[in-house]
Amino acid sequence: MMYDWLFSLTGNEILAMFIVSLLPLFAFILPFALIAVLAERKVSAHMQDRLGPMRVGYHGILQTVADIIKLLQKEDLVATATDKTLFNFAPLLVFMGSYAAFAAIPFSGFFIGSKIDLGIIFIVGVTGLVVAGILMAGWASNNKYSLLGAMRAAAQIISYEIPTLLIILTIVVLTGTLSLYDLSEIQTAYFWNWLIFGGPFFGLQKLLLIPLMILSCLIIYTSTLAEVNRTPFDIPEAESELVSGYHTEYSGMKFAMFFLAEYANMFAVSAIVAILFFGGYQSPFGYLGNSLGWSWLVPVEQFFWFTAKGLFFVFVQMWLRWTLPRFRVDQLMAFCWKYLIPFSFVILLIVGLITLM
Amino acid sequence: MALKTEEMVLNMGPQHPSTHGVLRLELQLDGEIIIDVVPHIGYLHRCFEKHCEAMTYPQVIPYTDRMDYLASMYNEFGYAVAMERLLKIEVPERVEYIRVIMGELQRIASHLVALGTYGADIGAFTPFLFCFRDRERILHLFEITCGARLLYNYIWIGGLSHDLHPDFIRLTKEFIKDFRPNLKELNDLLSFNQIFIERTANVGVLPLETAINYGVSGPNLRGSGFKWDLRKDDPYSVYNKFDYDIPIGTGEKGKVGDCWDRYFVRVKEMEESLKIVEQAIDTIPDGDVTSAIPKRIKPPEGQIYTRVENPRGELGYFIISDGSLNPARVKVRAPSFVTMQVFSELCKGWMVADVVAILGSVDIVLGEIDR
Amino acid sequence: MKTAEEIFNKLKEKFGSSIIELKTDKPLEPFILVNRLEVDKICLFLRDERDLLFDSLMNLSGVDDANGEKIKDETGLETINGGTLSVYYHLESTNLRHKLTLKTSTEREKPEVVTVTEIWKGANWHEREAYDMYGVVFLNHPDLRRILMPYDWEFGYPLRKDYKNPEFYQGMKVPY
Repeated sequence: MMYDWLFSLTGNEILAMFIVSLLPLFAFILPFALIAVLAERKVSAHMQDRLGPMRVGYHGILQTVADIIKLLQKEDLVATATDKTLFNFAPLLVFMGSYAAFAAIPFSGFFIGSKIDLGIIFIVGVTGLVVAGILMAGWASNNKYSLLGAMRAAAQIISYEIPTLLIILTIVVLTGTLSLYDLSEIQTAYFWNWLIFGGPFFGLQKLLLIPLMILSCLIIYTSTLAEVNRTPFDIPEAESELVSGYHTEYSGMKFAMFFLAEYANMFAVSAIVAILFFGGYQSPFGYLGNSLGWSWLVPVEQFFWFTAKGLFFVFVQMWLRWTLPRFRVDQLMAFCWKYLIPFSFVILLIVGLITLM
Repeated sequence: MALKTEEMVLNMGPQHPSTHGVLRLELQLDGEIIIDVVPHIGYLHRCFEKHCEAMTYPQVIPYTDRMDYLASMYNEFGYAVAMERLLKIEVPERVEYIRVIMGELQRIASHLVALGTYGADIGAFTPFLFCFRDRERILHLFEITCGARLLYNYIWIGGLSHDLHPDFIRLTKEFIKDFRPNLKELNDLLSFNQIFIERTANVGVLPLETAINYGVSGPNLRGSGFKWDLRKDDPYSVYNKFDYDIPIGTGEKGKVGDCWDRYFVRVKEMEESLKIVEQAIDTIPDGDVTSAIPKRIKPPEGQIYTRVENPRGELGYFIISDGSLNPARVKVRAPSFVTMQVFSELCKGWMVADVVAILGSVDIVLGEIDR
Repeated sequence: MKTAEEIFNKLKEKFGSSIIELKTDKPLEPFILVNRLEVDKICLFLRDERDLLFDSLMNLSGVDDANGEKIKDETGLETINGGTLSVYYHLESTNLRHKLTLKTSTEREKPEVVTVTEIWKGANWHEREAYDMYGVVFLNHPDLRRILMPYDWEFGYPLRKDYKNPEFYQGMKVPY
């Protein structure tokens, strides 16, 4: 859609493709990451009965600008005994893994980076690259703390991908499509057609699905929280034990890449939960543009709803971070393998049976 | 072909976000399991005991402040009690009441730091700030009394350096009223949080026999189920005039003597201290706080060992006087020094993440250990 | 609850010559002077005897008695020859609620006292500190090394009365 529109505008394939692929990155993700850094600090401050950054700009709005300038001008320290290739490449790999996922996420009915049929599997696969990046960072730092952190991170991310995939399989069984664009289109019209309320089915099926869908939404939210290494699952960067874990040795712009990749990952994961269960970019009530007759307003509204839902889940992630203590490594693993995976299997089975009805 | 495994030595070095000071822990690990922990101390050693031999008796008081800098009032209290017993001075009752109030407020402040940093080590960052918000009010009370927030030089031999500020009683009553609901909030947020309980219950159990053999005291001993508090068992000052209870660990969430017990004993102790402050504030007698301070302190030849109940345990002062103006020996028996010995036994068999949990639950201060 | 005299009499009948005397003249604490090489047997008896039950070592401190002759040599450096170093033990019983103070003395040139680490495990670090600060060697101690000073400090024992700081330690100037 966006691609067609740009093609008709410019008449050049390559230019249109170029703009389409860069648009999510520059127009959305980078500004989001910058705002998310500030939002985290203000949200955490207000939850902790204090004010947060107040001096830079009005009530601290320009704080991120100051942070970026600081990170840009820092000295890039590279210790002598590290493995230089891996050390330099690791932040890039983590960055790429997080950002490439946005290619398959539909931001509105009009814009999607690439309308591939394998949508959700592509996203899960690409975010798996992050594990390789983290392991590289931990090993190449030549530091026992980083190595411990990286090993924990790898174990955690790989284990928690399983419940994620099982819940995704549940949704696929229910709706029959892997493409995120089609998933969003299915949950159209009103909010009771959203998958968390049972989806666009009728009668007994829908009622039976509601508790299962709520449970699977909680499971996938928890396991994706573990994939992005946020508290209560932030063992790999547990500040009080491992002094920053696998990114202890990084400074300056490389550290900034890890940092921005983490926030982009947070949004990607919130976006996936929003699309799978909460209707993606669909509005809960119907479109203003439709009722007014201005059809160009509809994609804008859809974009607004998508961003609102994503930001809400990001806010919940921040809320959880500042409330809960963190798990110990073996408790984390036990939680995944002994509780989340059996539950996801059972849900998959039951949903499969319901679809046969 | 057998797989070769090696033990790894990990250094939780002198600079670390959660070793509560400059402490170096050498961990010998087998994967994530601890085989041995060797603590190395001495990074904060200022040889306070040698300094005291060159000072006169009243000049020692600022030195006692700087040992356990989170509970300075109590260090001064202990030294003053020891010297008053040696010199056989009777202090006015008003002085005793004010000392008790300051001591108990200091106990609440010290426990707030211990609990806040413990939560931060486990990963819950918010209770840390709630605890410090309450501690700020206590430090404000200290500031209006003697001008300092952390190292006071307030309790002198035979009396106090200043009388109470006129606003002190009113502000303390307001603090008491506001602190009780905050304690409940802390309990809801941290103490009964399921993740916190899983991290701390059944971890680092200290059996009672081991504790007594090592000489552990204070909340660590009470967490193992033994009702021993120097305020009741070896009384000093006017503690026997107040009505308060001694909380002990009961193994509510796991075994008796685990980290959760030691943590919760501190939470309950804060409530009890609040009771003491409430009773004392209502019944302070009038008097002159500087009337019994001697002009020149020249104790007779002799020695004394006195102990008081520091927020961290039994703080002992062993003072030998040879009849001159300077002490011949001042030995301070610091409770955290003794607790660090038992630490390596507590940690064996647990994981690296548990070292942090156990270290936070025994609440050490390096200033006391190294003096 | 037993007083110091009763405990002294009880110890005297069991150990005879190792218990030297009971000093009650100086105020506030009567203490029992014991032989420095028999301290562990005495303390084992004190801990296990049914009506004594001293199960907690409150404090163990080294003291420099400074009762030797003070010699000033050419550079003005004052050293003490002869005299004694002492170790004080403060014991208490958590069951029977009584306290006791023991003292042993040892010569300054070659100070040696038997360790009580097997009896109260908490004595381990206290004795290491006494060794570090005064140089008292505890026989049979499992791990006698310096604890507060750096492990390779070879310039003496800081809390002795005639201790002088060295000029340089590992290339760093010591007097600040």
